[in-house]
Amino acid sequence: MNELKIGILGIQGDIEENINSTKESITNLNLKGTVISVRHPEEIKNLDGLILPGGESTVIGNLISLNGQIFQTIKNRISNGMPVMGTCAGLIMLSKKVYDKFIGQTKQQLLGVLDIVVERNAFGRQHNSFETNLKIPTLGPVPFKGVFIRAPIITNVQDNVDIMCSFDNKIVAVIQDHIIATSFHPELSLDTRIHELFVKKVIDFKKSYN
Amino acid sequence: MNISLVATESEPKGIKFKDVKEGQIVQGTTLVKRGFAHMQKHGVIMDVTTVEQAQIAEDSGAVAVMVLDKLPYDVRKAGGVARTASIKIIEQIMDEITIPLMAKCRIGHISEAKMLESAGVDMIDESEVLTPADEESHIWKWDFTTPFVNGAKNLAEALRRIEEGTSMIRTKGEPGTGNIAEAVRHIKNVNNDIRKLNSIYRDNDDLELIKFSRDLKVSYNLVKETARLARLPVVNFAAGGVATPADASLVMNYGCDGIFVGSGIFKAEDPEQRARAIVLATTYYDDPKVIKEAQKLVDEKKSLLGLDTKNLELRMQERGPSI
Repeated sequence: MNELKIGILGIQGDIEENINSTKESITNLNLKGTVISVRHPEEIKNLDGLILPGGESTVIGNLISLNGQIFQTIKNRISNGMPVMGTCAGLIMLSKKVYDKFIGQTKQQLLGVLDIVVERNAFGRQHNSFETNLKIPTLGPVPFKGVFIRAPIITNVQDNVDIMCSFDNKIVAVIQDHIIATSFHPELSLDTRIHELFVKKVIDFKKSYN
Repeated sequence: MNISLVATESEPKGIKFKDVKEGQIVQGTTLVKRGFAHMQKHGVIMDVTTVEQAQIAEDSGAVAVMVLDKLPYDVRKAGGVARTASIKIIEQIMDEITIPLMAKCRIGHISEAKMLESAGVDMIDESEVLTPADEESHIWKWDFTTPFVNGAKNLAEALRRIEEGTSMIRTKGEPGTGNIAEAVRHIKNVNNDIRKLNSIYRDNDDLELIKFSRDLKVSYNLVKETARLARLPVVNFAAGGVATPADASLVMNYGCDGIFVGSGIFKAEDPEQRARAIVLATTYYDDPKVIKEAQKLVDEKKSLLGLDTKNLELRMQERGPSI
């Protein structure tokens, strides 16, 4: 198999943190690959996988929609099976529908590929942000440190969506086929297990068309 | 690890433990506070004074807004004492926008800061744009659950503020002048010192490192961490004098993680287009084609006329405690 090529959407947010976590995951899995920040449609066209990082979803949505090309390229690639992972703002970008806990409807651009409804700022403002140990059965018995920063939650999922993690009766991580989304920031933990899960999906995808 | 967690305070009062149904959550940790700053990276934080300006900022792609009573340019014109913004305006803006809201408090003014924390602002800027309340000391920011950002014009100031518990650094520049020169000077000051530190670190010369920390008047641990990382241990933004998309690109190219724009947007005659253009130029800072397109969105005749930083009556960067 050729080297993996994974992109991190490089518009705004914790891009470098996701690059580091993904590189580490590739090394941990004894694979070879490159991880780059992508900001142009042509860079996205030949990726094996894409991560939408944390940041502000309004800003990222705004900028990828400016010239519709980035938006459309990402959407097409995901529809054609390219694995994608979204953390926090990335989860919001992937979702079908979103509202803000305090403001209500927001007029932001969404990719709409993940069949969930998201509530933004669901835990409140920054002084309510927190870290906690999460139980994630897919990852085994060792808890995962979840870093929640003005985090969203998932308030509704369709049948095709698997719930990966719930915390305090709130859904905070899901998988739908080749799409992984978390309302916390795995790239800010020491733990690369979720990024590794994503890299494994990228391998499967690459095998399927090679 | 993607966030440096070297901390001077081992048991910060700002950390809060809360029991929930499934265990415990911890708020106000170094990771959660610095993590918030990391989410602002590659973004533009815009100074606003009204709900209307805050909405323009959000619509044009600001990553957060900074609420003030007066824009720095108007602080210079008005004279007198500049204090924190009215809580009413802060609350009104909170009710209208979904992006984070930051507000400034006076240097050393613990009560203004506590008040802003209780109002729920997402980050507090202990800022030299306002009139300092304490000429001897800054706020001990480890006592707060809300993260802080502080200004610095050199590495010593930046590391001292980090020791006091700030989660983000910005250059001081000269706010309200529309002149990028001071911000550039401050970025280069910091970068040059870090370059020296890093080369000492790579030579394993601990004695030189501790001499450096004595010179800077900051702890050895923090100096060593900075030397190892070859960058500041917290997110570092440019501020004070950004007026055009090209200015944004310039400071991003010097390695800043993002940008604060004060008077540059709402003291220009084309705030909406300019806000959008500066956002674009910050994301694509290293792509001259996009910078050209961004610069086309603004009209130089509508830029803040600006001030020569050499003949200012008030040099904001010189205000506040010297240590």
